[in-house]
Amino acid sequence: MADILTLKNITKTYGENTKNPTQVLFGIDLNFEESSFNSIIGQSGSGKSTLLNIIGSLDRPSGGEIFLSGKDLSVFTNKELADIRNQYLGFIFQFHYLLPEFSALENVLMPYKISKKELTKEIEDRAYELLELVDLKGFENKLATNLSGGQQQRVAIARSLINNPKIVLADEPTGNLDSDTTEKVYNLLREINKKFKTTFIIITHDRHIAEKTDRVIEITDGRISLDIKK
Amino acid sequence: MKLAFSIAKRFLMSAKRHTIVIVFCIAIGVSIQVFIGLLLTGLGNSLIDSTIGSSSQITITYEDNLANYNSTVLAVSEASDNISVVTETLTISGALTNDTLTENIVFRGFNFDTANQIYKFDYLIVEGQLPTSNNQVALGIELKEMLDINVGDTIVYNSTVFGEEVLEITGFFDFNVLAINQSWVITPLTTVQDIIGEGDQIGKIEMQLDEVDDDLETKAAIVAALDDDTLDIVTWSEQNGDLLSSISSQQSSSILIQVCVIISVILSIVSVLSITVLQKSRQLSILKAMGIQDKDASFIFLFEGFLLGIFGAMLGVVFGVGLTYAFTTFAVGSDGSPIIPLTLDYGFIALSAGIALTASTLAALSPAIKSSKLSVIEVIRNG
Ligand SMILES: Nc1ncnc2c1ncn2[C@@H]1O[C@H](COP(=O)(O)OP(=O)(O)OP(=O)(O)O)[C@@H](O)[C@H]1O
Ligand SMILES: [Mg+2]
Repeated sequence: MADILTLKNITKTYGENTKNPTQVLFGIDLNFEESSFNSIIGQSGSGKSTLLNIIGSLDRPSGGEIFLSGKDLSVFTNKELADIRNQYLGFIFQFHYLLPEFSALENVLMPYKISKKELTKEIEDRAYELLELVDLKGFENKLATNLSGGQQQRVAIARSLINNPKIVLADEPTGNLDSDTTEKVYNLLREINKKFKTTFIIITHDRHIAEKTDRVIEITDGRISLDIKK
Repeated sequence: MKLAFSIAKRFLMSAKRHTIVIVFCIAIGVSIQVFIGLLLTGLGNSLIDSTIGSSSQITITYEDNLANYNSTVLAVSEASDNISVVTETLTISGALTNDTLTENIVFRGFNFDTANQIYKFDYLIVEGQLPTSNNQVALGIELKEMLDINVGDTIVYNSTVFGEEVLEITGFFDFNVLAINQSWVITPLTTVQDIIGEGDQIGKIEMQLDEVDDDLETKAAIVAALDDDTLDIVTWSEQNGDLLSSISSQQSSSILIQVCVIISVILSIVSVLSITVLQKSRQLSILKAMGIQDKDASFIFLFEGFLLGIFGAMLGVVFGVGLTYAFTTFAVGSDGSPIIPLTLDYGFIALSAGIALTASTLAALSPAIKSSKLSVIEVIRNG
């Protein structure tokens, strides 16, 4: 299988131009195969979120190169990067970020609306379907602020999938969920991975979950300490 | 654009109280601007009206009087659409005498059919009535005391040039101008023509205009129509230079006041919207992570400014007109008429609203630019 994402010697130093720069990532080299299902584990503060945000073009690395489907990310303009985030990437953030002014359904549709395509019956049906998949049937028109933490997280999962992204980047997507729901959500992500050939990169601290993925990458103090493919 | 507009609408709707406060702030600024503007326009108009409303606005004077004037009067009235009334007059000076008293007067012959439309003598008569036939006269009210006379009395006009004539007093008028009340004696045109004794002739053609500001254009049209550039023809604005310059300086001070109000409206909108950007930085980060273009993110705030401007301006116009209306209704003189009459200058109101709308949209520009520079990662990382 071809590589959909390649990281070459990625480093990240926070506060580069200040008195106490902190280096968080030290020369990360990684390849991710198309439609693979990957997990990243590691202790708190090891640099997992930093790496994921760099992959998602939300942050820039201090050194190294990122290739998305063979294309060097550093050559894209901000406008093109925004399009890539909208079309190719789906985000699920560690702190499940919904727009509080909008309903669950509107939040799920937002990435689609940002792509400026005409709203169709099909896409609305798809949004309902995704909400049903994450067990939120009946909550479609509730404002995001009126949902529980776990419900918000599930809306965020549905939202990350609406534009059929090539890669889903998930930072502790089940952080607030009980073990039953966690299990269900992972099975769902797995299903989507099989059905749509979507590549998943999931940060988790739950080894039990990590063991169910195709590949487990462990980061220790900004370096890859373990990389097991099944 | 559609997306940015719907997000802007939602942001405003979900912070209703905040939105209402901003709309009120803009509305208060606009209403003050509208109020001051309307008041000053009303003041300027009433000043012009009280000065020239009941007098000739363009006057043609014939030094040696004009005989066979009918065709000329007709030609003048057809010279321009802007002329609303034309009347011919003949005036001589002299004195009125009764047994013991003598007063110098201005003896004015009018064609009352048309002259009433300019001078409104029929409304100004406070005692008796207007003269209707030869040798009947009405006098300024001050002359009643000065000459100790009453309606129905007779009095003698005399002049070194034209000799003596006995006149019958039919009434007194009050022009609200002391100089006129003390000196004018009005009579049908024929009385004066007969005293001069040189047949049908007139001394002046007087007129009023629909648009007093177009007096000079109208004057040019009359000169062209009569084809006579030796005419002695004077317009109100040529005669009242001081009045005009005081009104125009008043208007420039009104512009200054309005500029100040607009600046304060803009500044308050800028600061309020800047705070909004801060408050919405979380939402903006999410939208940007999902791939919204910087341009669209900026448009959200431009639209917020635009929407706030629209409602602020509309409410401001309502407040401003209401305030002006209340002021002109409650601030009345002793006779019950408003100190400053209400002038609803729709053009000016539209202009004020338009300026407020533009100002609030432009005021959203700097928050909009700020929003496009917002760093996504700070928010995403820190939660
Ligand atoms: N803006 C910043 N400036 C300085 N240091 C930072 C900044 N952001 C993160 N760090 C540091 O970088 C390191 C890695 O942070 P990161 O958020 O990537 O950890 P993580 O592996 O995601 O941890 P967790 O499991 O708790 O989410 C931490 O030591 C953190 O303190
Ligand atoms: Mg993290």
